[in-house]
Amino acid sequence: MTDRNDDRFVDDAPFDPQASVQQLERADLDAPNWVLVWRKFRTHKLGLISGIFLLLCYLMLPFAGFIAPYGPNERNGEHLYAPPQSVNWFHEGAFIGPYVYPIVAEADLETFQWKFVPDTEDPRPIRFFCEGSEYRLAGLIPTDTHLFCAPEGATLFLWGSDRLGRDIFSRILYGAQLSLTVGLIGISVSFFLGILFGSMAGYFGGRIDWVINRVIEVLRSLPELPLWLALSAAVPSNWSPVAVFFIISIILGILDWPGLARSVRAKFLSLREEEYVRAAEMMGASSGRVIRKHLLPNFMSHLIASATLSIPAMILGETALSFLGLGLRAPAVSWGVMLNDAQNLASIEIYPWTAIPMLPIIIIVLAFNFLGDGLRDSLDPYQQ
Amino acid sequence: MIMLRYVVYRFFTMLLTLLVVSVLIFVIINLPPGDYLSNQIAELQASGQSAGVAKAEFLRAEYALDRPMWEQYLIWMGFWPGPHGFSGLLQGNYGWSFEFDRPVSDIVGDTLWLTVVVNLAAILFVYAVALPLGVLAAAKSRTWIDYTSAFVGYLGLATPNFLLALILFYYGHQYFNLPIGGLMDPSFEGQPMSWEKLKSILIHLIVPTFVIGTSGASAMMQRLRANMLDELGKPYVETAIAKGMAPSRMLTKYPLRVAFNPFVADIGNLLPSMISGSVLVSVVLGLQTIGPTLLTALKTQDQFLSAFVLMFVALLTLIGTMISDILLVMLDPRIRYEGREA
Repeated sequence: MTDRNDDRFVDDAPFDPQASVQQLERADLDAPNWVLVWRKFRTHKLGLISGIFLLLCYLMLPFAGFIAPYGPNERNGEHLYAPPQSVNWFHEGAFIGPYVYPIVAEADLETFQWKFVPDTEDPRPIRFFCEGSEYRLAGLIPTDTHLFCAPEGATLFLWGSDRLGRDIFSRILYGAQLSLTVGLIGISVSFFLGILFGSMAGYFGGRIDWVINRVIEVLRSLPELPLWLALSAAVPSNWSPVAVFFIISIILGILDWPGLARSVRAKFLSLREEEYVRAAEMMGASSGRVIRKHLLPNFMSHLIASATLSIPAMILGETALSFLGLGLRAPAVSWGVMLNDAQNLASIEIYPWTAIPMLPIIIIVLAFNFLGDGLRDSLDPYQQ
Repeated sequence: MIMLRYVVYRFFTMLLTLLVVSVLIFVIINLPPGDYLSNQIAELQASGQSAGVAKAEFLRAEYALDRPMWEQYLIWMGFWPGPHGFSGLLQGNYGWSFEFDRPVSDIVGDTLWLTVVVNLAAILFVYAVALPLGVLAAAKSRTWIDYTSAFVGYLGLATPNFLLALILFYYGHQYFNLPIGGLMDPSFEGQPMSWEKLKSILIHLIVPTFVIGTSGASAMMQRLRANMLDELGKPYVETAIAKGMAPSRMLTKYPLRVAFNPFVADIGNLLPSMISGSVLVSVVLGLQTIGPTLLTALKTQDQFLSAFVLMFVALLTLIGTMISDILLVMLDPRIRYEGREA
């Protein structure tokens, strides 16, 4: 910067009229792929919101026990099928913070049901950072501090209680741990198998291709649910809930891979003729290395998008299996297991809140769909 | 002639696929350790009832369950002589249900064609809903019609079938006086076909059809909309509009025909998931289809019954897929399967 002593300053660098234009272009040209993807994805509002929401959901999982006021199998024998309690802030015009009215069960001799009557004279503030039932934070650290719990001598059933007097809100949080991870494990299995068989078929071609293609056709032409049912019926009933959980997610994945394998194969068929593949082969790269280092990265992002779109099917599959009593079984808590309680018309009519777990299912599935759509649209940033 | 050759070729590939599927199903059914009878024998021995044991042992020999696995499979299919000569699926002997102590054909009986009816109704529903809505959404893209149908479509995809079934049943009964459960009025069961019975079946079909078809219809609607939008952006559409062709006529005459092909081909992809859905929905709604039978059979390890039901479901799907493939070739003159060995 030179001071010319006439109130003007001149830059020492030579003037380049194209500088501003070029700079803009350069920034884009140099930007790594993920920056471009992210830029485009950001404009897809619905996908972005869904992605953030799902991220929060998964981050919540280890802390489900902390947020939930009750344990997953904590029974409250005096409040069976209690309806949702409302949380109020003002009592008779005065602000006293969040509180609930204690509810007392009264027998209704006409309908032969328990009726829960709130005692509106007696507001009880909800306690925060209080001691409740013991749980393990992130499955490791034993503790008994909860974010909020029921007031002394009262209950706090935000979304009602079920057949055994367990809090539905807490159970939904615990259920998320299984219901949300089942899709992830299932998709990993399906991803692994799909890429393995798809790349083998596409890269080697010939007889391997033919065999794998026939297998894919057979599997794709079969109705999934009956096979899921048959496979999960084969799971011995004396296995631990954790083992059952893993085997169920693997079963879900085993029948899902053909679709993925097909798109992988189609990509490989076109990509293996490219020059850089031949160059790699000439330099002596093994087939495994060519597949992993040169071919797969080309459309990994594409695969991730399609995987995102097939997670919902797995979540719904787990729900359906557990709902029919062939998937996860109590004492494991998942959304499907919870909906098992809402299986008949009577409970939908008399205790509609037992069907609340369907809301998180719908929301999660929708979110995955929107996220997948957004990812698919933005993963090819060079395409208009 | 080429067409006929393709049909024959397609039919034989279907048979081959069915053969592979039968092996797969047999293996899956036999995955759990033991079988119905050996479990029963163990139970009887534990409680010291030797008379029952003798009967169960007799049944085991009768149904060749004491033979090696591959032989069991061949006997079940009817490729291999069993204790009573050739008598398997091929000869029309579907086996014996140990749980119900009756022949499998007795138990499934009526449920077979009811399953077909329910699924056919659902497919018709998918077409009837997805076609007009998909076209409308594409023609009026980025208007409230498009957004509403997209929203409803997403919701249809995301709601678990069985819950939708329960909810619709409840509200259908409350507001439209639709019947609850079953596929016909109990008084018509086992009676010959009549107008009244047909009417009763039709009314009972409303909710199941809706429930089974919803997710399929949403998926198909979205795909049809995307296809239509692709076509609508092409120059020939612009030409037609510029020449003053009426929009509705232009829409149905050109883009719809092109967008229609994937629509037919899709039914092949859709069918497996729809039949899956019908099994699940039948269990929840208590329809007299094959679904509830399958569930009990699987839970009690009633192997012949569950194997037969699975085979039937697979057959239904395969036939549906085959028909959709053949229809596609007939519809689209551009697709020719010449050069493939028939």
